[in-house]
Amino acid sequence: MKSGTRALILVGGYGTRLRPLTLTTPKPLVEFANKPILLHQIEALVAAGVRQVILAVSYRAEQMEERLKEEALKLGVDLIFSHETEPLGTAGPLALAKETLNASPDPFFVLNSDVICEFPFQQLLEFHRNHGKEGTIVVTKVKEPSKYGVVLYDDVGCIQNFIEKPQEFVSNKINAGIYIFNPSVLNRIEVKPTSIEKEVFPVMAKEKELYALDLTGFWMDIGQPKDFLTGMCLYLDSLRRNHPEKLSTGTGINGDVLVDASAKIGSGCAIGPNVTVGPNVVIEDGVCIKNSTILEGAIIKSHSYLESCIVGWRSTVGRWVRLEGTTVLGEDVIVKDEIYINGGQVLPHKSIAASVPDPQIIM
Amino acid sequence: MLKAVILVGGPQKGTRFRPLSLDTPKPLFPVAGRPIVQHHIEACVKVKDLKEILIIGFYAIAQMEKFISEMQALYDDVIIRYLQEFTPLGTAGGMYHFRDQIRSGNPKAFFVLNGDVCADFPLQSLYDFHASRASESLITIMSTEATHQQSVNYGCLVIQRETGRVSHYVEKPSSYVSTFINCGVYVCSTEVFPKLAAIFHSKANESHFCLNGNGKDQGHIRWEQDVLTPLAGTNKLYALPVPNWWSQVKTAGSCIYANRHYLELYKETHPERLVNAGFKDDGGDGSSHLICNIYPDVHIHATASVHPTATLGPNVSIGPGVKIGPGVRIRESIVLENAVIQDHTLVLHSIIGKESVIGPWARVEGTPTDPDPNKPFAKMENPSLFNSEGKLNPSITILGSRVNVPIAKIVLNSIVLPHKELNRNYKNEIIL
Repeated sequence: MKSGTRALILVGGYGTRLRPLTLTTPKPLVEFANKPILLHQIEALVAAGVRQVILAVSYRAEQMEERLKEEALKLGVDLIFSHETEPLGTAGPLALAKETLNASPDPFFVLNSDVICEFPFQQLLEFHRNHGKEGTIVVTKVKEPSKYGVVLYDDVGCIQNFIEKPQEFVSNKINAGIYIFNPSVLNRIEVKPTSIEKEVFPVMAKEKELYALDLTGFWMDIGQPKDFLTGMCLYLDSLRRNHPEKLSTGTGINGDVLVDASAKIGSGCAIGPNVTVGPNVVIEDGVCIKNSTILEGAIIKSHSYLESCIVGWRSTVGRWVRLEGTTVLGEDVIVKDEIYINGGQVLPHKSIAASVPDPQIIM
Repeated sequence: MLKAVILVGGPQKGTRFRPLSLDTPKPLFPVAGRPIVQHHIEACVKVKDLKEILIIGFYAIAQMEKFISEMQALYDDVIIRYLQEFTPLGTAGGMYHFRDQIRSGNPKAFFVLNGDVCADFPLQSLYDFHASRASESLITIMSTEATHQQSVNYGCLVIQRETGRVSHYVEKPSSYVSTFINCGVYVCSTEVFPKLAAIFHSKANESHFCLNGNGKDQGHIRWEQDVLTPLAGTNKLYALPVPNWWSQVKTAGSCIYANRHYLELYKETHPERLVNAGFKDDGGDGSSHLICNIYPDVHIHATASVHPTATLGPNVSIGPGVKIGPGVRIRESIVLENAVIQDHTLVLHSIIGKESVIGPWARVEGTPTDPDPNKPFAKMENPSLFNSEGKLNPSITILGSRVNVPIAKIVLNSIVLPHKELNRNYKNEIIL
């Protein structure tokens, strides 16, 4: 077997933080920048030579499994679903998949499924080989480290300590949720609910078996709508620098905008900056959209204004509607003409006929 | 021969009408494309034998003269004059002060109309009723029915069903008296002046003892308390309850409500003032062109320019020189002269001040305070600006004159004073 051929993705549960989108679509299949979240990760893994991906899931979703197997086939990667009968935290799923992960002496990747960045798998593998220890975690710089657990490490990357939510500044580097381990790490983990961050990493650090690799470029945990949109902006910015040909241009398009080829955009629109428009979306004349994601099959009627929102699959937004403040429409929502929604989270199949000026959940 | 007196008050009054009254006297504020008092004048000129309209108030003549001469030119069968009170004399003091002007020419009777009401004024039937009781009626009050709860905010009258005599009258009682209320519209016989003279002189005597009582001029006479209340029960005060639409115009919010009703009345009285068909004649040749999408009723001033892709109505009045861009949507609103509303913008339940500019994709929205349509006889509520917690009550949005709303901003349930450049979103705020 080739080196670095296996990866485990911690998919976990129902993706409740990304509701109402995840009420009708499993989180890994929610399109981020017109591609299911999980495919961003699998494609990057495949590009780094991974041939076998284990998805650690705590619920069965046949729709997801079928869809992903199709995609895996196209990418030439072997997809294995590892089902937890009870939630096993962030470490337990490794023990559950021990057999597959132990099949080769080569290191394997582990990543959280909510993370979006310019995945540095090749670089991670090289760095890991060079220091020769048991594990490496990718760390990323954040603006407000006091909200996270920060990582302290020396000049060569050897981790000394983890500090949860530091009050005083000690470091601005946090765990990015992307790891590489030698199979020997499996000796440290049992099949029971375990946190890899809190129970496994501190021990490894004490034994000087854990190193940190600095991530260059953007990073975002997109598990919540607000961060999903922030992550989209960062992703499009990265696309602008690395693959500008993938972004849309033309009249009515401002800044970084990604429009599926099958979407239709009317005249007199102002789309962008930071907008993704999914397949078969119809945007009528005179619509303004900023910092938003429009998912497949949605219809945005004339003269509407959308800022910082996610419009769910096959939803219809009426004329002269204003959506803002991280409003999320679930699947097949209808927003009537002239309605204003600020920070609304609208559950699937709802029809909205009265304005919602203050953030709330619309059941 | 008949006359009419329209009492319009002055700049110290109508503060609840701010910021709209900051640059236009409230009686001249356009509702359904016509100044509020023009609707009174139009009702008066329709009355048979009505020869003169006297508008009494304490606005400076300079503020009123242009309007008066326009009205005079428009209705040249009737003499229309403005009489300025030297000091606020109360609802009846002004009439007493100008009694010679009212009595001259010996009218059979005269109407008195409060300037701050809007209605489908049934002046002819009110006069006919009064005339049928002319031998004893000094004053006939136009009355309408209100809800039990709201009646106490008005002058309440007890009417004898058979005769129409008012047996009891209380202005804004603290407990329930009657659901019949005073509409502020009257027919008076000239014999009312000796009554007013008696009240004037008795007040003059009182003032020797208590230094003008409440500090007001001795000529200050309150029509309701000093005249109507004592007359009740004397067989000289009559009332005619009418089912016609009627509302006070105390707050700016009530203008949106009045606008809707006056527009509806135009369908009968002045269909030419409405553009409900959505087409405009291009001249004598019978050809016409599309104005824009219309949900009736809509009034658009001839000098306004509206893009054909805009959608207006119901209940919208567009003033002179206004420019409305492509894809604009306006509903339940009044847009004042020379305002500019740019592409794709939405205006709901709002009044847009003169020369204001609203950028594209903006949203200017208010909350109506209309009477509850499910309650018979419910009237417009005139809630105070703030609730008991000190927060602004949601109401219509008002932009004063020359307010600038930039692209894609929202102004919700807010009141913006004149000459403001807004640069963020505003919700439930007063912007000084």
